Amino acid sequence: MTAFFQSTLGAPYALAWFLSTIIGILVIALPLMLAVAMIIYADRKIWAAMALRRGPNVVGPFGLLQSFADGAKVFLQETIIPTAANRVLFLIAPIITFTVALMAWAVVPFDVGVVLANINVGLLYILAISSLGVYGVVLAGWASNSKYPFYSAIRASAQMISYEVSIGFILISVVLWAGSFNLTTIVESQKGYYGFINGNGFNPLLFPMAIMFLISALAETARAPFDLTEAESELVAGYQTEYSSMAFALYWLGEYANVILMCALNAILFWGGYLPPFDWAPLYYVPGIIWLFAKILFFFFVFSWVKATVPRYRYDQLMRLGWKIFLPVSLFWVFLVSGFLMLTRYGGAQ
Amino acid sequence: MIHVFAFYLFACVVIASGAMTIFARNPVHSVLWLILAFFNAAGLMVLLGAEFIAMLLVIVYVGAVAVLFLFVVMMLDIDFAELRAGFVAYLPFGAIMAIILLMEIILGVGIWQAGPIQFAQRAAPAAADVPNIQAIGALLYTRYIFLFEAAGIVLLVAMIGAIVLTHRARGGVRGQNIAKQNQRRPQDAVRNINQPVGQGVEL
Repeated sequence: MTAFFQSTLGAPYALAWFLSTIIGILVIALPLMLAVAMIIYADRKIWAAMALRRGPNVVGPFGLLQSFADGAKVFLQETIIPTAANRVLFLIAPIITFTVALMAWAVVPFDVGVVLANINVGLLYILAISSLGVYGVVLAGWASNSKYPFYSAIRASAQMISYEVSIGFILISVVLWAGSFNLTTIVESQKGYYGFINGNGFNPLLFPMAIMFLISALAETARAPFDLTEAESELVAGYQTEYSSMAFALYWLGEYANVILMCALNAILFWGGYLPPFDWAPLYYVPGIIWLFAKILFFFFVFSWVKATVPRYRYDQLMRLGWKIFLPVSLFWVFLVSGFLMLTRYGGAQ
Repeated sequence: MIHVFAFYLFACVVIASGAMTIFARNPVHSVLWLILAFFNAAGLMVLLGAEFIAMLLVIVYVGAVAVLFLFVVMMLDIDFAELRAGFVAYLPFGAIMAIILLMEIILGVGIWQAGPIQFAQRAAPAAADVPNIQAIGALLYTRYIFLFEAAGIVLLVAMIGAIVLTHRARGGVRGQNIAKQNQRRPQDAVRNINQPVGQGVEL
């Protein structure tokens, strides 16, 4: 797009780059907000269907406009800041959560070459950005100056750090296989397993990692059954207890944007991203972005399905799963994958 | 031009937030300023073309170390006035430390610029077309492999040492045996009885 601005409109390079980047950001962020609104609706509908309820069905046809009605309601509410709260941090915290959830999308490839920033440390960038997400929660808990949010913040930080460790190892094994941190290269490296199927998940060596990544993603985004940070029976509404109006809405949007991001990462790292599921020429006529969205929606359905059916973990069980099971298994898997590659691809122990 | 602007922006924010780390009255604010400093230092690394180091800086320092700082500081009930009480007494000591660090930086830069010896000692600089993950990997796993592994062992020993020193065996703790819990079936725990009227329940 930079070239377009330069050649057609005669803009200097710096201006052309600036404009095309801004447009790129808007093209990703605005549909993402729309997607978040619709996916909240989808979440509630799926959840309702599994509980034999109707779910939202009043606003608009089939209740499709429910999220927008909620958004308008929240927007018109008064922002209440508790007198004992730390004002600045109290307001910065939801902004951090929301911004961080949007930032990570910069490196997600939607098709061959359709990516805002095709950097060669793409996966590390995502890890770095998602490790910032914990600050939104921790600061909310501390700045609210209230008991339940504080408990929730402590739980959240411990939970996110624990699962980030195993996510890191899982990503390393994928990176070893692909030989690159660039997300586009990782997607391209998944082409043609057994000559006809696309996706690291079909690789028996990486399939267990795909399952563990899905579970870790649930824990990382604090979705059910790991939603201990907002466990309403114990902590009222967790770190969001003192929030109202747009500050609350930012948490909501940020959380769901994060969930979609994790679904996208699942699709990109293990199930071929924008590639069609089968390595068959006619399937490549369908634009890659449609395959990616289909995979994202599928994983979102899995997330909702888990939310509707699995009971909440106890906190000690959560920690045990993270540190005593996922960490050793994923660490062992890094050895396994690198050993396998050493013996097969890189010419053995010479 | 934008390079220069970005450099001065990041550099100024690093220095300002470093100063605010010291001057902030609230320890939690201090940690947050420190995080801002880390983040902008990562920005400086990106400008240098060291994107791998930049990302590691964010992942390790912002994502892990600073979270632990914040965690500890949030839960401590620190009276900062008390901490500041000894400020004047420790000032000469702090000044000496600062001067030593400054001298070392000046010496380091001086050595770098002077003397032809450094090119023989230094590994060849990476070519511009090699991504710096590959460049670092190639150097770390070939030329410096033993130092790298030695560093790993030192860290491992330090970690085990810290655990051993702080671990205290407490008696009377009833741990959970998860495998045993999972093996437990309803028939082990529940008994159906046909209770006759007028008799007590046998437990």
